[in-house]
Amino acid sequence: MMWDFLATLRDTLWSTLFDVAPILAILIVFQTAVLRRKVPDLRRIVAGFALVLAGLTLFLIGLQEALFPIGETMVRQLTAPEMIGLERLADGVNWTDYLLVYAFAAAIGFSTTIAEPSLIAVALKAEAVSGGAVRAWGLRIAVASGAAVGVSLGCFRIVTGTPLPWYIIAAYAVVIMQTFVSSRSIIPLAYDSGGVTTSTVTVPVVAALGLGLAATVPGRSPLIDGFGLIAFTAVFPIMSVLGYAMATSHISRRRRGSAGAGGKSRS
Amino acid sequence: MSSAGILGAALGRFAGAVRDLAPIIAVIVFFQVVVLQQPFPELGRVLVGLACVLAGLAMFIQGLEMGLFPLGESMAGAFARKGSLTALFAFAFGLGFGTTVAEPALIAIADEAAGVAAEAGAIAASAAAREAYAFNLRMVVAVAVGAAIVLGVLRIIKGWPIHVFIIGGYILVTIMTAFAPVEIIGVAYDSGGVTTSTITVPLVTALGVGLAQSIRGRNPMVDGFGLIAFASLTPIIFVLVYGMLA
Repeated sequence: MMWDFLATLRDTLWSTLFDVAPILAILIVFQTAVLRRKVPDLRRIVAGFALVLAGLTLFLIGLQEALFPIGETMVRQLTAPEMIGLERLADGVNWTDYLLVYAFAAAIGFSTTIAEPSLIAVALKAEAVSGGAVRAWGLRIAVASGAAVGVSLGCFRIVTGTPLPWYIIAAYAVVIMQTFVSSRSIIPLAYDSGGVTTSTVTVPVVAALGLGLAATVPGRSPLIDGFGLIAFTAVFPIMSVLGYAMATSHISRRRRGSAGAGGKSRS
Repeated sequence: MSSAGILGAALGRFAGAVRDLAPIIAVIVFFQVVVLQQPFPELGRVLVGLACVLAGLAMFIQGLEMGLFPLGESMAGAFARKGSLTALFAFAFGLGFGTTVAEPALIAIADEAAGVAAEAGAIAASAAAREAYAFNLRMVVAVAVGAAIVLGVLRIIKGWPIHVFIIGGYILVTIMTAFAPVEIIGVAYDSGGVTTSTITVPLVTALGVGLAQSIRGRNPMVDGFGLIAFASLTPIIFVLVYGMLA
């Protein structure tokens, strides 16, 4: 048991180092050959890099040991035909039989996104850069809510077997409309939040959910219908962050307006 | 810093990690106990794993603020002072390409995509053909991310508004979807999401914000963010093109 754990530790550390090697090589080559400037506080940065590597290794091991096996077992049980009660449906699939799966998808989409390290990084940066105007937790909750809706809707799509482009292109259309009524300073951050949700924690769990669902729903093929959940997870947070920004600026305008600041409520 | 100060900071990071992971734990416990009504398999192993996740997340966030953020910003500042666009673009491309090509999530999805293509009869069903397809797909996505960071950096330097590019990209994706083979569409859409790894995101974000801070007339909020958005859009376009040509 102990030796197993140490072997996993060694393997994961190696594969993390292997993944990071190209980034490290690029950073070192450019720093020493092109920029040729001393990095201020180099020892602290190296220590920080070591902490990032060690932390990521531990994080991945923990996910593999604890989270992913449970997640996969739960997906299997939730999508199992006995759980859904499919034997009474000889003539096809009714999307309402999968309500529990949509609820699980939303909950798992929300909670894995909250724990996503790259989202934490971007949220911290956004709070610092905006001088506190963007709250790290507010942003993370907005992104996670979008991911929850996205994963849930993506499961609905797999169950119904409707074409993926309809959903994604419709989502694009909503994002484009929101872009034209949103404040310029939130738009880049909102677009970024689509990419950061799909990382270490979310992708394996969500991919397992999609493949498991496509394998068990009658008439779906995991190869064709299993894809696409990640795309949902990447588009819907853009929508929810833009919506969150519109809502907070609307509320703060109304507060200022009702505080007797007069008619000039637009900032 | 005194050792008591370090201990306090570490405890703070750990408490933060507990809060970050509380929702996931709540969801799993709720569905396992209330909905599925199953006992936890191998509870001891799960608890050890959970402790690893907590400690790992706390260390990662601490290392982020000590190492990755300052490094990204200091390099961005150094590139801005050096003033060589060629060097900056080469760095941007290398960062995008290098971090994507070895990304485990991308390797996994490329292998599955090769399976889909073989099933659909787009490529020969031999192992060699599938391997070649998966490898080419990975290269296409890595080049797409490299190109995305270069384009995104150019946008920061010029101060161009981001929505023109992103909306243009969406329209391009929509048009290309109509002409691309059906089996590549799901893969293409997903490839946009898998490219941004946990180490890339902080570095690329710090680079963008650092560049916007060191160029006169640029606002880090308006101009600094957005590199990740480019990196999640170009792979979709490049993979759709690959699907149409391959």
